[in-house]
Amino acid sequence: MRQIVTREAITNAGLALLLLVVPLAASVMDEPFYVTLATRITVLALAAVGLNIALGLGGLVSFGHAAFFGLGGYAAGILATHAFNAQPLFLGIQATTSMPAIWLVAVVACGLVALPVGAISLRTSGVYFIMITLAFAQMIYYFAISWPAYGGQDGLSIYVRNTFPGANTAQPLPFFLICYGLLLLGLALFWALGGSRFGAALHTARQNATRLAAVGIAPFKIRLTAFAISAMVTGLAGALFADLNRFASPSMLSWHMSGELIVLIILGGKGRLFGPVAGAMLYVLFEYALGGITERWQLFLGLILLGVVLFARGGLMGLVAGKERYG
Amino acid sequence: MAEPVLEIRDLRKSFGALKATDGVSLHLVSGEIHALIGPNGAGKSTLIHQISGSLTPDSGTIHFLGQDMAGLDMAARAQLGLARSFQTSSLAQEFSALRNVMLAVQARQGSSLRFFRPVMRDRSLAEPAMAMLERVGLADRAHVPAEELSHGERRQLEIAIALALGPKAFLLDEPMAGMGPEGSKNLTGFLDALRREAPILLVEHDMDAVFALADRVSVLVYGRIIATGKVDEIRNDPEVRRAYLGEPA
Repeated sequence: MRQIVTREAITNAGLALLLLVVPLAASVMDEPFYVTLATRITVLALAAVGLNIALGLGGLVSFGHAAFFGLGGYAAGILATHAFNAQPLFLGIQATTSMPAIWLVAVVACGLVALPVGAISLRTSGVYFIMITLAFAQMIYYFAISWPAYGGQDGLSIYVRNTFPGANTAQPLPFFLICYGLLLLGLALFWALGGSRFGAALHTARQNATRLAAVGIAPFKIRLTAFAISAMVTGLAGALFADLNRFASPSMLSWHMSGELIVLIILGGKGRLFGPVAGAMLYVLFEYALGGITERWQLFLGLILLGVVLFARGGLMGLVAGKERYG
Repeated sequence: MAEPVLEIRDLRKSFGALKATDGVSLHLVSGEIHALIGPNGAGKSTLIHQISGSLTPDSGTIHFLGQDMAGLDMAARAQLGLARSFQTSSLAQEFSALRNVMLAVQARQGSSLRFFRPVMRDRSLAEPAMAMLERVGLADRAHVPAEELSHGERRQLEIAIALALGPKAFLLDEPMAGMGPEGSKNLTGFLDALRREAPILLVEHDMDAVFALADRVSVLVYGRIIATGKVDEIRNDPEVRRAYLGEPA
């Protein structure tokens, strides 16, 4: 029968614990930089967990998820700016600096954008799907940098980090804990989706869409739903990322960001629950450790990526926990 | 005669200059096995693709249970009860045999937008799926991933998936292909009983199976049906013998 304590489960628990204990210890030792580093890992991991729903479960290689990451970021930035300047948004609606409200706006906005973008993109597949998602994301990117009201190319500063009831978000540790909690929620969502009836259909859409249609389930509907959920999770991470940096940057919308999210997933193991977490840890630590030595740290990251693609298709999680079994 | 379950009228499909389906009309009535035979390249699979909805005909109509199928995609037709098996097995390769059948049970229940309840602990999926695997004799291989099953076992799994859909008609595209004499014999016995559940449009190269099973046979050559009739009539039809059974007239 099914083993409960698998190597993968142990690895997942270890990674989750490590990501929690290091910033706690750093906070005790008064090293806020490491707390911020852990927060960066956490937020990027959440963004990649979102993409992993489309890419890992559904086999939809979206090269446009930066659009949702950036949209979430701008939702945080725009609301904070309006609230800071005490300008109503439109029709007299007041802006807010409350994180839960901002998250809701970010998630809903991403869902609303993802539905039409997905509906058009999912008419294609393979390399065309990759290109059309990229094209949509670039459209949104150029729109953002040419819209002076919200910073244009300069981006949008958030002067004071947005607020969360009962927490001092200006301190690194409380903000990290908020992000960490949301990452766990995102992972729980990914896990529940993957094991549900919807997940069974989505897994089949990835493996063999003809088979899915032949049993009477339209692949398009399943994929579109997955794409929208995926975008919403990535959008939530975007809102956190803007608050982390106190800055909604157009670079969040650029295609480099889309590529970075894909890289995180490939490094960690696509379709694996903790793949994005492992990938984000490796990526950010690399950036930090090698970034201090050479500006060309991405060259070394490229070599590692090459190694993973050639010799360890399952990424880090595949190396540690073996091939994924679906039962 | 009762209303046909499946009725095809004057179906045409061309690929460039090639007339793959050239004015085909045929029907399938309740309780029968209607075999479709013909040499390689006669357009049998093209016809099955049009009936199941993976290809759109240039002209002609397909009615299933009295309903026009024009504009309905493969998933919609399967939902209405038109189950097909594939000439080359088409399975979710990473899923076990059981999960492949569970997906069909889930599709029949019409419940794929449920996001949270875990399927692996859902008896309303696993039990009917297991029953179907038992019917085709694959129960002891239930937990083996489809990609590790033998060729013959995959054919059996295709049948189990089609059964789990509780269909109103079966489209079976060469179910015996590559099965070996023992497997073919077992499947022949199985299909013989299956026609009482739902009629079968059977594309098959194994002539022993066709002549043992079919109530009626249609012979397709170069996209046209050159003869339709009972097994004996087809066996003795001079045109069929010349065109297909490989004997001089």
